Amino acid sequence: MFAFTHQVLSGLAMGSVYASVALAIVMIYQATRLVNFAQGEMAMFSTYLAWAMIDAGLPYWVAFFLTVVISFVLGAAIERLVIRRFDGAPVLTVVIVFIGLLVIINSLAGWLFTYSIKSFESPFPETARFGAGYISPHEMGAIGVTLAMLALIYVFFRFTPLGLAMRAAAQNPLSARLVGISVGRMLAIGWGLAAAVGAVAGMMAAPIVYLDPNMMGGILLYGFAAALLGGIDNPWGAVIGGFLVGVLENIAGAYLVGAEIKLSVALAIIIGVLVARPSGLFGRVIVTRV
Amino acid sequence: MPDARPAATLEQAGPRRARVAAIGLALVCVLALPFAASGYQTFQFSQVVIYAIALLGLNLLTGFNGQISLGHGAFFGIGGYVAAILIVKFGVPYGVAIPIAGAVCFGAGFLFGLPALRLGGLYLALATFALAVATPQLLKFKAFDAYTGGVQGLLLSKPKAPLGLPLTRDQWLYFLCLGCAIPLFWAAANLVHSRIGRALVAIRDHPIAAETMGVDAALYKTTTFGISAAYTGVAGALMSLIVGFVSPDSFGLFLSLSLLVGIVVGGLASIPGVVVGALFIEFTPNIADRISDVLGESAKAMPWAIYGVLLILIMYAAPSGAAGAAKRVARAAQRLRGG
Amino acid sequence: MAALLEMRGLRAFYGQTQALYDIDLAVEQGGVTAVLGANGAGKTTLLRALCAMTRREGEIFFDGEPFAPREAEDAARRGIAHAPDGRGTFLDLTVDENLRLGAYTRRDRAGVARDLRRAFDYFPRLEERRGQQAGTLSGGEQQMLAISRALMLRPRLLLLDEPSFGLAPLVVKEIFRILAAINREERVSMLIVEQNANLALDLADRAYLLETGRVAFHGASSVVRADESVRRVYLGY
Repeated sequence: MFAFTHQVLSGLAMGSVYASVALAIVMIYQATRLVNFAQGEMAMFSTYLAWAMIDAGLPYWVAFFLTVVISFVLGAAIERLVIRRFDGAPVLTVVIVFIGLLVIINSLAGWLFTYSIKSFESPFPETARFGAGYISPHEMGAIGVTLAMLALIYVFFRFTPLGLAMRAAAQNPLSARLVGISVGRMLAIGWGLAAAVGAVAGMMAAPIVYLDPNMMGGILLYGFAAALLGGIDNPWGAVIGGFLVGVLENIAGAYLVGAEIKLSVALAIIIGVLVARPSGLFGRVIVTRV
Repeated sequence: MPDARPAATLEQAGPRRARVAAIGLALVCVLALPFAASGYQTFQFSQVVIYAIALLGLNLLTGFNGQISLGHGAFFGIGGYVAAILIVKFGVPYGVAIPIAGAVCFGAGFLFGLPALRLGGLYLALATFALAVATPQLLKFKAFDAYTGGVQGLLLSKPKAPLGLPLTRDQWLYFLCLGCAIPLFWAAANLVHSRIGRALVAIRDHPIAAETMGVDAALYKTTTFGISAAYTGVAGALMSLIVGFVSPDSFGLFLSLSLLVGIVVGGLASIPGVVVGALFIEFTPNIADRISDVLGESAKAMPWAIYGVLLILIMYAAPSGAAGAAKRVARAAQRLRGG
Repeated sequence: MAALLEMRGLRAFYGQTQALYDIDLAVEQGGVTAVLGANGAGKTTLLRALCAMTRREGEIFFDGEPFAPREAEDAARRGIAHAPDGRGTFLDLTVDENLRLGAYTRRDRAGVARDLRRAFDYFPRLEERRGQQAGTLSGGEQQMLAISRALMLRPRLLLLDEPSFGLAPLVVKEIFRILAAINREERVSMLIVEQNANLALDLADRAYLLETGRVAFHGASSVVRADESVRRVYLGY
């Protein structure tokens, strides 16, 4: 029983990382109908930036905050400078561009920070005051930070004028323009937010999976699985999907398929959802008119 | 305007003769290569041939038929492993193992193509991306360790030239690869220029219209997936032979992405382009190595940085890759000549 | 006094196809100009060209100044509000959110609150449905919402694309009555594209008749209404 509870709880912890990545994917998908294949690498690069700042002596939370801000700027810049030039391009073209971004960011990280694995500290104290071995302080902290971030994002989109404008621009870009919203700027901000969310995910994941340029490959896969499971155009679905997938991964890994092929769980979820129920649990079924 | 026809045929004769001569020269170079080059270089060019076959497979699916695959490394790996297992564990001669590997991959591709029918471009890309990332882990599946050799993989011995031919192993393997490549290329070229090929392109460009005109899109698409996987699987089988081992981690995401780079650089939906693409993905890491020897450690990172930048630039400026650029140059040259 | 809006030699294109040929049109300060014509005459294209939603050539003057919008948001920023064909409602957002979006470009919170109040005064049904998702509103209510949202911009010029489309006659009459009130009381100038020539001529003081992308006839609405061919073809008597 202890083992099972532990699997579920640490599944929730990684699940919070998957939920964040899935949310970032959904945010960009909602605004652009595109899947950001480079999301994982962007998060990884942000985590390296945090590492570099901490290595240079900055206190953790200062580095955390600065990383989030810098990631926002970089995300917006990528949209403005690269993605926007392919507005309206065929799907294959855009996918290739995303892959290009993926490998550029990956190799940039490898070049700047080398391929040796680094350890990334958790800001949460090692000694567990509560949780009693069911869950580590970092895992609890990761869930907490993720939930706080999700709450902020919710409040932003629901209650601020800018959040409203962004929702409008995503839903109906033409009408948004007619009321004076600069849809291009909304897209850039959306990318910036997605990058910031991804950065938080990376920083919460790094103490668990260790920091190396390829750390986000599997995590991205789970993020995709979570986003699809929840419905790729539904942010709530993405979050719920993330936690679900995190727990599923652990349970399946511990009791079904063995820990070394946990990624196949993600693959199975992705293919399963796409084939059986493409709109996921909470998404909208899109019917294309012939 | 004066009658342009005689002039035209005369005009064509010149370039046509030049083209035949060029092809002849290329053929001579290709056949003479293993005797002029070192063992290692021959090995490298064998890899070029292998990549060309793999790229041809991917291009049939993605370039001609418009189904985006970011996971063809999986079929490369399946082909490599099937061949290796047959040779090492079951003593099957490699001449038999390679076609079997191709057939198995055809089945795998066809099976993957079935659910893929329901997936539009972006979602298929997503699913194949997942396949690519998960492949190394799948190959390490403990239950199959006895066959796959687990994390360490399998070692194969490089075959000797048969019938006592006076060739080194590297030379023989080069000709083996070439021997496999030629019929495969010939078949692909015929397919592409046939009615079936046109149907594939129609499905890519106007899927709904194609269906209403009686093209059984589902059958074409799954079969193309199968054929595409088979080609790449044969390439994987050949690779396992010339390299001498297979291991799970050599078939990860970045292999699949290399193949993507190859068809983009060479030109989507271009058969000659895959040779350019294969040369590119074979030699870029080497050149990058050499540059970084001068510049410093970044050896591993550089080729991928180049790949990434190229992918984006090509999509921006020359979406039809080297083949498209070559066609434009040829057309421009023709215009200058015809004046 | 210079016209509020003036188009000179306006040409509009969809890709390579030309849809409007040399349109000269004006909307007076505080006036209502109607654009009439059959389907495909180019009426909607006219409004689209004005808001940079389609390629155009020719000159536009707004308030005496040259106006050359490059993106649709430029029109809104200049004070031109467009209630497009199909209403352009943000279906997944609430009525309240739709209205607040109309005021996106404004900085004066108090003024926005007042205008919101006024929108509800003109259209009490919107107030009833304030918190509802806009997609659940009826056609007539969505049209009211579209007009109100456009008004939230505090526009100098209101563009209306077929406000009567798909609506029951009673509802349409109500809407046009309110439009007349808005024009009178708020002094909002209007450029209204309509298939329902009768109602449009009642509301407008000037009218233009478009036929296959050209102005076939124009003048004061009383003159247009009295013209033989107009009456027969467009008014049905």
